Amino acid sequence: MSEGKKTPFYEKHVALEGKIVDYSGWLLPVQYAKGLVEEVHDTRRRATIFDVSHMGEVSVKGSDAEAFLQKILVNDISGLEDNAIIYSPVCYPDGGVVDDILAYRINSESFFLVVNAANTDKDYAWFRENVFGDVKLQNLSPEYAQIALQGPNSEAILQGLTDVALARIKNYHFLPKVFLAGINCIVSRTGYTGEDGFEVYCGNAGASALWDALWEAGQKYELNPAGLGARDVLRLEAAMPLYGHELSSELTPLQAGLDRFVALDKEISFNGKEALKKQKADGLSRKLFGLEMLERGVPREGYPVKAGEREIGWVSSGSYSPTLDKFIAMAFLDPEIISPSTEVSIMIRNRSYRARITKLPFYRRKK
Amino acid sequence: MNYKIIDGLMYTKKHEWARQEGGYAVVGLSDYAQDKLGEIVFVELPDVGTEVEAGKGSAVIESVKAVADLYAPLDGTVVEVNEELLDQPEVINSDPYGAGWVYKIEIKDESQFGLLMDRAAYEKFVVEEEEK
Repeated sequence: MSEGKKTPFYEKHVALEGKIVDYSGWLLPVQYAKGLVEEVHDTRRRATIFDVSHMGEVSVKGSDAEAFLQKILVNDISGLEDNAIIYSPVCYPDGGVVDDILAYRINSESFFLVVNAANTDKDYAWFRENVFGDVKLQNLSPEYAQIALQGPNSEAILQGLTDVALARIKNYHFLPKVFLAGINCIVSRTGYTGEDGFEVYCGNAGASALWDALWEAGQKYELNPAGLGARDVLRLEAAMPLYGHELSSELTPLQAGLDRFVALDKEISFNGKEALKKQKADGLSRKLFGLEMLERGVPREGYPVKAGEREIGWVSSGSYSPTLDKFIAMAFLDPEIISPSTEVSIMIRNRSYRARITKLPFYRRKK
Repeated sequence: MNYKIIDGLMYTKKHEWARQEGGYAVVGLSDYAQDKLGEIVFVELPDVGTEVEAGKGSAVIESVKAVADLYAPLDGTVVEVNEELLDQPEVINSDPYGAGWVYKIEIKDESQFGLLMDRAAYEKFVVEEEEK
């Protein structure tokens, strides 16, 4: 295996005693000195800073940029305004998922896509395969660093670095060319934790100075670093899907419960439309549910789920939840079998542990 | 990193420890092992009466991110398990050599202690592990 790539923040992680792991070819901290559980609490209660530079960025420009995106995205971007962001799965014609992405509309002829690290090359190849008319694609991933600032203190911290009134940036909106400590950034009110917060993109050259400025501004707001481990648990508590777990080429967005991001009534014939329409009409054999353990045991990806003696699906993500102090999981189960009162069991190392169906998300922040 | 490694225990290359008490041995995870695992949230204990075999899985320790086997340091029969860990597995993190003990066995073959490392040898072993 080739040596993992370092983000511009690698030295910061080492200095903060980050435990470095190779994640999708990137050397990133799975956790820092305080540990994953405290990092989850820090994010929900105060604010944390994450290095998410592994995420990929793709620019889409040209007079056919919008039409191109309408074809490759299953969500409908026709109503999207400038400086607004939409979440959408990208599907193959059979309804399986290529990736799930964020599309930023700069203007009607310029969009900025944020894609999963492990999928960046595959996505870019897929976009190129589907391109038509006046569309210019550019993979910007190697040039961009990204920081996620998440938690209730995020706005106050970031506001310390700019005169732009950040309260004006609503959820799922962004502003390009915001100068933070003199560095040109895209500031987006988005995240993968279920908390209020921002994702900030900048060129690699200014990245280290941006981190230092955020760190400095964050000290009076008890800013702490958080790693990939906390990020995974936070997104699970908020029931946000992770590609490779809740989404894959073998699973559709309808199975993952993402119906509100699948615009089946969109007029254009987008990739996956016919297959997804048919699946919706025929009904689903597997659908994503939330589970909560009724006895102590850690549900993990791949563990079988049973109702009585019958196997009815598998765990796609599971963990101890520090916020709820419970063991939780998302699982693909046969919806025919499941009612809210169904008791199921999760098979952990050939032993059966009781669990119950629970509503998703497990955690929702108070507004 | 400075890991706590204490006298009076014998250690394995998989980072378990065993403390002899007459014909019995108390078994647990080293400070190094608990630190590498991170916050422990679940422990699966053997049943009393289980025969454990040196080098084979004998209990399961889970942190938020990882599942780890606790390999038996010695052959023997489990005579007692630390049931407090079922409700408070994090005690392994806070007190790995004391309240975080995992189980106690009746020793089958005392000479097996000779295959384990004492404090000085284990300290050296951990330094080498860290350099990998």
